[in-house]
Amino acid sequence: MFELLGIPPQALFGQVLLGLINGSFYAILSLGLAVIFGLLNIINFSHGAQYMMGAFVAWMCLNYLGINYWAALLLAPLIVGATGVVIERLLLKRIAHVDHLYGLLLTFGLALIIQGLFRNSYGSSGLPYQIPAELRGGINLGFMFLPWYRGWVVVASLVVCLSTWFLIEKTKLGAYLRAATENPTLTQAFGINVPLLVTLTYGFGVALAGFAGVLAAPIYSVNPNMGADLIIVVFAVVVIGGMGSILGAIVTGFSLGLIEGLTKVFYPEGSATVIFIIMVLVLLVRPAGLFGRAA
Amino acid sequence: MLTEAAPSPAKAATIAPMLKVRGLEAWYGESHVLHGIDFDVAPGEVVTLLGRNGAGKTTTLKSIMGVIGKRKGSVVLEGAETINLPSRAIARLGIGYVPEERGIYASLSVEENLMLPPRVRPGGLSLEQIFTLFPNIKERLKSQGTKLSGGEQQMLAIGRILRTGAHFLLLDEPTEGLAPVIIDQIGATIRRLKQDGYTIILVEQNFRFAATVADRHYVVEQGRVIDMIENDQLDANIGKLHGYLGV
Ligand SMILES: Nc1ncnc2c1ncn2[C@@H]1O[C@H](COP(=O)(O)OP(=O)(O)O)[C@@H](O)[C@H]1O
Ligand SMILES: [Mg+2]
Repeated sequence: MFELLGIPPQALFGQVLLGLINGSFYAILSLGLAVIFGLLNIINFSHGAQYMMGAFVAWMCLNYLGINYWAALLLAPLIVGATGVVIERLLLKRIAHVDHLYGLLLTFGLALIIQGLFRNSYGSSGLPYQIPAELRGGINLGFMFLPWYRGWVVVASLVVCLSTWFLIEKTKLGAYLRAATENPTLTQAFGINVPLLVTLTYGFGVALAGFAGVLAAPIYSVNPNMGADLIIVVFAVVVIGGMGSILGAIVTGFSLGLIEGLTKVFYPEGSATVIFIIMVLVLLVRPAGLFGRAA
Repeated sequence: MLTEAAPSPAKAATIAPMLKVRGLEAWYGESHVLHGIDFDVAPGEVVTLLGRNGAGKTTTLKSIMGVIGKRKGSVVLEGAETINLPSRAIARLGIGYVPEERGIYASLSVEENLMLPPRVRPGGLSLEQIFTLFPNIKERLKSQGTKLSGGEQQMLAIGRILRTGAHFLLLDEPTEGLAPVIIDQIGATIRRLKQDGYTIILVEQNFRFAATVADRHYVVEQGRVIDMIENDQLDANIGKLHGYLGV
């Protein structure tokens, strides 16, 4: 078997795959943040907690109701999205006209409350969630072993990201959304219900986080802090890609996951910080982000 | 000068007005900009709002449309009071709005810009009819909206509200900054719409252009309507008008 730069291929491609898996979560989560930021101008700090809720809803579905993974994959985003709709209507709507710093503070507070509630009920040691039977095991590709579930995570996340991109860039509903993002007042003056769009968009962005949570449940243990740990990196991804850019969020998410994976191979000490170093460099050179439109 | 009663031209007195504005006031934040606007528009009429820069013409249209922070008074459209309605509900009553800055979306293609406003009434123009009025648009459907020239953007802004079936149009300086041939084209379009029974409020700086399309002219000054001139009286009142407009 060949070696690359003295690294055995199993190790190299193993890390590449891990990088892609992380990248999948970065992509879905930063996509949700970008969609929300675009229309609501709110940096949704509770995104990590909502991702965690997705994982917990899947766990509860299975353990309390006997609802399996595949059904939870549809149901959990709907439930988490519905809580998002309630949050938008009850709270975010009231602060829509003030500086978006307030939205950040409010959603940060919400994140702490949601995490606290789950910690109270379930502790913080983590709950196991089995990989669905259909996706256990894997395949030996020769240069590496590919566990089915991990392959599925990458594919599912790609499909969801590209569908979201298509929805926003290529459909009538997406045109409404882009119009409302660019000029809400005029869009409303054409008879389009912008407040409803805002509510649905927040619900949709949050549902994406819930979906990522279900995908994550069998890989990471289901615990109240799983989102808090991840979301800081995701914010760095969003800063690098540029706030509010849909394609930017997707491309940056996957690329940074990959870069992180490769760093683990070639310079393991740097793998935890590489994303933040890139963030600093991007901020210095292109403050609007790689795909951002300068204001 | 007007007395406290609104100007009632013979036409508007006999026909129920399409639009009746009374005591309309409007604010941008703390700044009080309209101080009690009164005027009527009869069905099928083209009226203009003339006045100096900053007189409150744009703000009057925005207030009718409901896209301003705070307003009060009365705006009655076909018998329905709209002063407390959100702008999306006002649009649904059949008003089409072309803002001063044209409002073409950069994040939408020309085609998406054209198709964006929902139909609010039956009887809107078909795409073919819009392309007949404005052939340039047809060639550019896939371009980004803001890549169009100023004149093309204005045509797109007018075309997209004609699709909706709105028969009452608010046009804010549609000729501003455009070349004479394009101004002629827009003038022809407005006369054509009038023939087809549309009711139009036109904000203009250029009263020579306004005179070629309008039935009557309201003069706005410092947030009030201070005079009304019938279009066929324009020549007789030209000195007075020059005084109002400071030209
Ligand atoms: N967005 C705004 N914020 C504060 N003041 C404004 C704003 N827009 C217009 N104004 C003020 O309101 C007054 C009327 O403006 P406008 O209706 O645009 O005048 P016109 O269209 O007749 O030129 C002006 O004094 C202008 O400075
Ligand atoms: Mg103006």
